[in-house]
Amino acid sequence: MSRVGLIRLAVIAALIGALEFACQTGLINRRTIVPPSEMAVTLYKLLASGAINADIARTLGVIVVVIAFSIVLGFALGVLIHALPRVREALDPLFATYYAVPIFIFYPVLIAIFGLTIFPIVVIGVATAIVAMIIATLNGLDRVPRVLTKVARVHRLSRVSTALTLQLPAAAPYLFTGVKLSVSYGFIAVIAAEFILSPAGLGRDIADAYADFNNRRMYALILFLLIVATIVNAALHAFDMRWAERGSGGSP
Amino acid sequence: MTATRRATDALIIVAVLLAAWQILHRIAGDTALPAPIATLTYLTQMLPTERFAQNAAATAEAFSLALLLAYVFGLAIGVWMGAHRLSGAVGEPILVAIYSLPKIVLYPVVLLIFGLGISGKVVFGALHGILPVALLTMGAIRAIPPVYLRSAHTLRLTPWQVIATVLIPAALPEVFTGLRIGFTVTLLGVLLGEMFASRLGLGSMIMSDMQLAQSKDMVTVTIILFAFAAIANAILLWIEHRLHRRV
Repeated sequence: MSRVGLIRLAVIAALIGALEFACQTGLINRRTIVPPSEMAVTLYKLLASGAINADIARTLGVIVVVIAFSIVLGFALGVLIHALPRVREALDPLFATYYAVPIFIFYPVLIAIFGLTIFPIVVIGVATAIVAMIIATLNGLDRVPRVLTKVARVHRLSRVSTALTLQLPAAAPYLFTGVKLSVSYGFIAVIAAEFILSPAGLGRDIADAYADFNNRRMYALILFLLIVATIVNAALHAFDMRWAERGSGGSP
Repeated sequence: MTATRRATDALIIVAVLLAAWQILHRIAGDTALPAPIATLTYLTQMLPTERFAQNAAATAEAFSLALLLAYVFGLAIGVWMGAHRLSGAVGEPILVAIYSLPKIVLYPVVLLIFGLGISGKVVFGALHGILPVALLTMGAIRAIPPVYLRSAHTLRLTPWQVIATVLIPAALPEVFTGLRIGFTVTLLGVLLGEMFASRLGLGSMIMSDMQLAQSKDMVTVTIILFAFAAIANAILLWIEHRLHRRV
């Protein structure tokens, strides 16, 4: 590992160590924060007992559905809008402001319309994640070099094989940026929706534990979600890095 | 030509959104989602009420304090990590990782530390805003071409002159982008905080109206917040474009 990486690890370890020390010595009240070691032990017990399995399955399931839907539909819409320049020109200002307004505040309106089911959560998740994928698809298709379409014409490739063998690989890095943002946004929106108001799920679990003053359980669940989010983000980051390395190899 | 075309485009988009709203209203019924025209007329009745004024004032107070905290800490961290190479290299991935976490799960922790009053939501809002401000400020400072500093050295400028005439003008456009994004996410943070647990504020007003099935009030407040965010962003974006063009 590089020197910078080691320092980073040391900084993180020192922060966690300081928190543990402050909690153990009573510098930080137990009713405010429980020691990190206790969070980990409680989380292990919760996972081993299987008490939160249903909520984990539900929340991660919703997140997967939201992300899959956003990526597939976002890509399709991106391709469609890219093919219609006049529509795109009209939609550009909308895309530019989309993430500048707190879309999430529509969640209560969605509950009023659809009732307190899983549906408003999926809708708010997709609404948050899909536009990043549409924008990334448009960006990617814009960056496909003109020469590639000319090559395709010279080789008399069909429309489909041009798309699959030339345009898609050329746009891939941008599409991956869209995937990364969709994953991150979908995750955040689903957890936030569950947390604010929902019939079940990990977000709801944390909110309930907070309301019951059950700090051990609350911190264990928070730790779980932070670990999952960090692993997902780290995996996407690692994939991105490998891609960047390969891209800087021989290709133009 | 292009200006009128852009105006028509905007009008068409607004018309499409209003039509979609009207259709949803037809499907969902009046108690779940009031019609657009009814909501817009209700807006004029709601704005002068004591209840709206009180909640709007609470949100405005929390938001401005949160924004101040986010800007002060975000700029300080950004300048430090931009100027000090090692700190930046160590800290950037940590900041990026925290930026992409669902920060809402940390709200109970903030509440346990700072309490249910205004300070809880101020801190939570600021937590959202600090990261983009810090990351973009750091990027802006790193991107200043070294030749600027060398020419400043050749001209024998004093450190203050370097800061005022070289560093700030060179970094300002990108830093301003950070401030604009910080504005948006801080607003979201404060509203999320209010939606989860708060006695006052527009976020809690939306939630209590939803629970009491007062859809008219809920949708009206949502639209007001939406319009506020969109207009504020348009103004900030306009300033940002001017700053970018100047350089």
